[in-house]
Amino acid sequence: MRTVSAAETAATTHPWAIHAEGLQVRAGRHLAVNGLDLTLTIGVHGLLGPNGAGKTTLMRSLATVLAPSGGRLALLGHPVDGRSELRSVRRALGYLPQHFGFYPRFTVREFVGYMAWLKEMPKAGVPAAVQRAIDRVGLSAKADARLKALSGGMLRRAGIAQAIVNDPQLLLLDEPTVGLDPEQRLDFRELLRDLGTDSCVLVSTHLVEDVVAACSDVIVVNEGRLVWQGSPESLSDQGGQGDAGDSPAERGYSAVLRRHRAEATR
Amino acid sequence: MTTDHPTLSQLERYAAAGPGLDEPTVWAIEVHLEDCADCRARLAGSTTGDSRALVERVAVSLDREIAARPVPGGRSRSWSRLRHRWFVGTLAPWLAMTAAVLACAAVLTNLWTGLPSLVLLIAPLAPLPGVAVAWHRRADPAWELIAATPAAGMTTLLRRTAAVLAFVIPVLAIVGAGTGVSLALVLLPCLAFTVGTLVLGTLIGVRRAAAVLIAVWMLVVVAPSIAVARVPMLLEADGAGGWALATVVLSVVALLRMDGFRRLANHA
Repeated sequence: MRTVSAAETAATTHPWAIHAEGLQVRAGRHLAVNGLDLTLTIGVHGLLGPNGAGKTTLMRSLATVLAPSGGRLALLGHPVDGRSELRSVRRALGYLPQHFGFYPRFTVREFVGYMAWLKEMPKAGVPAAVQRAIDRVGLSAKADARLKALSGGMLRRAGIAQAIVNDPQLLLLDEPTVGLDPEQRLDFRELLRDLGTDSCVLVSTHLVEDVVAACSDVIVVNEGRLVWQGSPESLSDQGGQGDAGDSPAERGYSAVLRRHRAEATR
Repeated sequence: MTTDHPTLSQLERYAAAGPGLDEPTVWAIEVHLEDCADCRARLAGSTTGDSRALVERVAVSLDREIAARPVPGGRSRSWSRLRHRWFVGTLAPWLAMTAAVLACAAVLTNLWTGLPSLVLLIAPLAPLPGVAVAWHRRADPAWELIAATPAAGMTTLLRRTAAVLAFVIPVLAIVGAGTGVSLALVLLPCLAFTVGTLVLGTLIGVRRAAAVLIAVWMLVVVAPSIAVARVPMLLEADGAGGWALATVVLSVVALLRMDGFRRLANHA
């Protein structure tokens, strides 16, 4: 594999990490993301939306797995379309898909090391980076266990470790807390806050409480469009006593969706 | 064996390299420490700040050195890495099928003397099933993860195609030698078709490209050759130069077009 120079892997700053204008992305024949405008900078951003809102399709297009079918998308200062060269963007990207396949006979260390190799990290720094990523997700004791022997929550943490092994400038986590126990979720929120200090982290989830606890910014999508963006506090202010939910933020989220649906049916 | 424990003050002075302690006392403390775990623990607590900082620095430095060294791996780890980096495990069934088909072709060629060499006829197609699955979402469980890395597309495809050729070429050489056909006429068309699949793959996807080339070759060359029981002109002895030229030309075109595999539209 080609040796990557330090300059190529060095962090660069951009006024925004994600910039989308009228973004359209197809999931099969269905236009799952339809005219989405979004600009995100450094920080932890929570992506909320009901099932079928287009969250996973949006995450896949931001991870450069799916090509946009319309509109404009730029990541870390690079345009992303069917013609662009994506190597430099991908070196600075971390991605945890909602469902990720893996090679069951790999150990956690081999899996994270393999992903570091695919991300073209400088070879000398890989073992230390792998160990650091494994430590950060609390899997040090299982570093040499095979993936097929891990529980669902541990697999999820191994997935997070591979996503952060290259210290990405743009980190995309799709449903990262699925399978984590309450204590692990608390640790994960702490990790998110730490990661968000110098990179753009986008977390797609159904758990409003995770977003309120760990994110500085909330994005609500529905029917492939951005319907609301603001701070967790202002999301809580959106709801009233009549809205569904156990917490002010959940009631706020319900209120945002209710209003959007009402506007859409007018 | 000393039964009296040294005082804390004595231990602190011992830890500070013995100011105010005469030589026999230092010896007595050392002998006592060898047998007394409690006093060793008290001594550890009595070390100076400088000593503790030194021990900490050494520990941190050791941790860093250990982390920076590659994890010692046995044969199974190396094999595991080889299997996944070069996709050998997933390609194995396809490569086994290719080897079986070539072996059958060799047996039929030797048994049925009226037929043109079946090995010669199907040699160009031998690597194509492996190349077709080399970078395909349904063949690789980690496809979604790999697709978001810089190694997605061209790098992975070329690496896995090389793994296919590393297996198919020796098998073809053995089978070709066993049936007495020209090695050049077995290997050169095989290389030309592999590169041709990659070139066509930049336009329609590698899997479709392999399927199209297999179908066209079977219909246009293999079936008529078997029907008339004659080796086609393309595969006659003086055709080797043409295949070599085709391989070189296609390789140049492939090099010029390979960037297509780094683009989004060509990943699936």
